Amino acid sequence: MNIVLWICGITLSIAGALAMVRLAKGPSILERVIATDVLLLIVSAALCVDMTINKHTDNLVFVLLACLVGFVGSVTVSRFVTDRRNA
Amino acid sequence: MLDTVIDIVAGTFMIVGCLMSLAAGIGMLRFPDLLSRLHAATKPQVLGLFLLLAALGLELRSWVVLPVLALAWLLQLLTAPVSAHMVGRAGYRTRHLKRETLIADELAAVVEAAEQREEAEHGQNGNRDRADFID
Repeated sequence: MNIVLWICGITLSIAGALAMVRLAKGPSILERVIATDVLLLIVSAALCVDMTINKHTDNLVFVLLACLVGFVGSVTVSRFVTDRRNA
Repeated sequence: MLDTVIDIVAGTFMIVGCLMSLAAGIGMLRFPDLLSRLHAATKPQVLGLFLLLAALGLELRSWVVLPVLALAWLLQLLTAPVSAHMVGRAGYRTRHLKRETLIADELAAVVEAAEQREEAEHGQNGNRDRADFID
């Protein structure tokens, strides 16, 4: 299980770094919204891995809430994106 | 014996679930425009989270947490397509797409028809000079 923890940690770290690069570069706000969504998913994946390795359910509420927060966030932002350059 | 088998299955699920997140991260950087990045971004939301929650359920070995895990995955399954659709719609309307990477633009005919109908009803409005822009 220790090896699995290392593999998952390294994988998620690389994924988070890549998502953050896109978050910094992303030409438009919509790209940043997707990158934020992916980053939130990576954080909740890390919480899932932690709960699985240590066998507790403390962070399950956050994983539930992360789905809803990500949904509301991306829908709200894309609702208010207008037809302007780099809006 | 059974415990080891369950541990191995859960470990495999976790690694594959994390690889889904990695695939999304690589896709965010490698794919050319908004719509294809959207395709990569929804990958860890559905399959990756399912695998991680399944691993969690296998390791906890209790029936009590199963409804919560199912609810978390079901919420993600319901909300991921809706938010992806909203972002894609906003991207199409604000023209954040590369037309040359599209094989077929099925929405173009509908938009064209709607604009022609609007012109027939209200006459020439004049603001037709909107060009695609690609960042």
